[in-house]
Amino acid sequence: METLLGIYNNRHKAIDAIASLQQDGIDTISAYTPAPDHTIESMLKTHASPVRLFVLIGGILGCVIGFAFPIYTVYEWPLITGGKPLISIPPFVVIAFELMILFGAIFGMMSFFGLSGLPQSRMPLKDTRFSNDHFGIEVQCSDTSQSTVRETLETAGAIEVRPNA
Amino acid sequence: MSYAKINTDILRTLQAPGLSYYAALGFILVVLSFGGYAFAQQWQRGLGVAGYEHPLLWGIYITNFVFWVGIAHSGTLISAVLFLFRAKWRTAVARSAEAMTVFAVMTAGLYPIIHIGRPWVFYWLIPYPNERQLWVNFRSPLIWDVFAITTYLTVSAMFLFLGLIPDIAAARDRCTDWRKPIYRVLALGWRGSTRQWYHWGALYGFFAALATPLVVSVHSVVSWDFAVSILPGWHSTIFAPYFVAGAIFSGLAMVITLLIPLRKLLGIEEYITIHHFENLAKLIIVTSLIVGYAYLTEFFIAWYSGSPFEQGTFYDRMFGQYWLFSWGMFTCNVLIPLVLFSKRVRTSLAALFVISIFINIGMWLERFVIIVSSLSHDFDPANWPEGTYQPTWIEGAITAGSFAWFFFFFLLFVKNFPAISITEMKEDAQHDE
Repeated sequence: METLLGIYNNRHKAIDAIASLQQDGIDTISAYTPAPDHTIESMLKTHASPVRLFVLIGGILGCVIGFAFPIYTVYEWPLITGGKPLISIPPFVVIAFELMILFGAIFGMMSFFGLSGLPQSRMPLKDTRFSNDHFGIEVQCSDTSQSTVRETLETAGAIEVRPNA
Repeated sequence: MSYAKINTDILRTLQAPGLSYYAALGFILVVLSFGGYAFAQQWQRGLGVAGYEHPLLWGIYITNFVFWVGIAHSGTLISAVLFLFRAKWRTAVARSAEAMTVFAVMTAGLYPIIHIGRPWVFYWLIPYPNERQLWVNFRSPLIWDVFAITTYLTVSAMFLFLGLIPDIAAARDRCTDWRKPIYRVLALGWRGSTRQWYHWGALYGFFAALATPLVVSVHSVVSWDFAVSILPGWHSTIFAPYFVAGAIFSGLAMVITLLIPLRKLLGIEEYITIHHFENLAKLIIVTSLIVGYAYLTEFFIAWYSGSPFEQGTFYDRMFGQYWLFSWGMFTCNVLIPLVLFSKRVRTSLAALFVISIFINIGMWLERFVIIVSSLSHDFDPANWPEGTYQPTWIEGAITAGSFAWFFFFFLLFVKNFPAISITEMKEDAQHDE
């Protein structure tokens, strides 16, 4: 398996490259873009991000802890204020609400790092131009189809095509 | 606008600053040290060196606390709430607004430590198993503050950082000076693959959705510091929406105060245009009207209630010892923003700058009036102090120090991180194609 990286300085050419590759039946394509690109995302058919699930789990956990912790502590150290019941729901709602948001956010952040493969310091960067205004189309192809893929990338207007480790 | 132009223009703001920047930073550090010295004096000698006397046991410090939390809220409004509303104009101002939020919450977070009598045990506010074998009182709004402010600081900081990751990567790839290794670490190896962008976009949306109820809840919790008491002038159910609207109001004014000089100094006038300021001014009109309505409601209900205590407190607010502060508050918060109905005023940067300063002063006065005038006119006339609240140089120095703390971080931020979101500007340019 070889990886070819085609570098484009024009967004439309990069999109054309993906279209041509997909027409040839190649689907092992990834792209590198300077900004989130909705056209390319829909072409590469990314599934719904599981980040949402982790945010939900974090939120539910935060809410549960937000109630469970004060309830536990108020039995452990029964602090009676103004004759109010030990398990006073309205104030505990405030705690549960804040913890729900906090845990939801933290779980979401952790899942984002995990799913995106961050932090990632060992692997060499693909190309420093991708954060500026260039696009990268990376194709994993077998040795035999390498030349066809290279040709497709170049026809679409790549300024550079190079093998990638 | 091409991606390359956006990248170059915004990254240009990170170039080495001139002498005036270092002079400003130096001045800020001097003020900050003076504030630190004043706090050290207070730590050593006790809260008596502040102008605190029974019954005025909350004064300038809590005023400042609420002031700074309030300022933080509009940053989140701009970056999170307006994102959910798909308001296109937010892009150029969202990053600096979000940075303002994080540093304002950090500044506000100083005050729960500053204003307590034994600041060396401030950590007792945090519920942890301890040798005193007790737990905090979860029914107290002061503990709700701990949770709300901690959550707000953490979530805002994560939100700011999330948006920054691709921008730091852009800086990393173009940087050639001593900051490059720092950017490389902070960018976490971001490559801009479609997979990374997809998760990034999803999380950004969820953060915006989480931050929105946070804006409402945090300042509601802070307002309940007052509203759950029984003090006339404090014990009012309107406090939560009143404070949230007021927070957004004061924060928007602070955004204008910060951005008008910032766009000039960083040379980003092409990106932050009069159109942005006009939209901010329109939001200011809305929130000013809500705050004005809240003032009317408070006075009306105080009268309508027939309670001599409520009526007495509000009469005292208008015509008592602090009448100047009250009338100043009305002028700055209700009357002056009315001129923003004129398009000519809304599109004049000089006018907007002056009005925003007045609003900042007015909102500070509002918190001062609520706290000090209510505390000095409670149920028992024997409690009413003879003279007015006399803040000492310690409170002044700490207040100045807290402004210096805020501007210290803000100045460092705008010169080392992109003050406009490069990623989102490119995304907008993509949609315009």
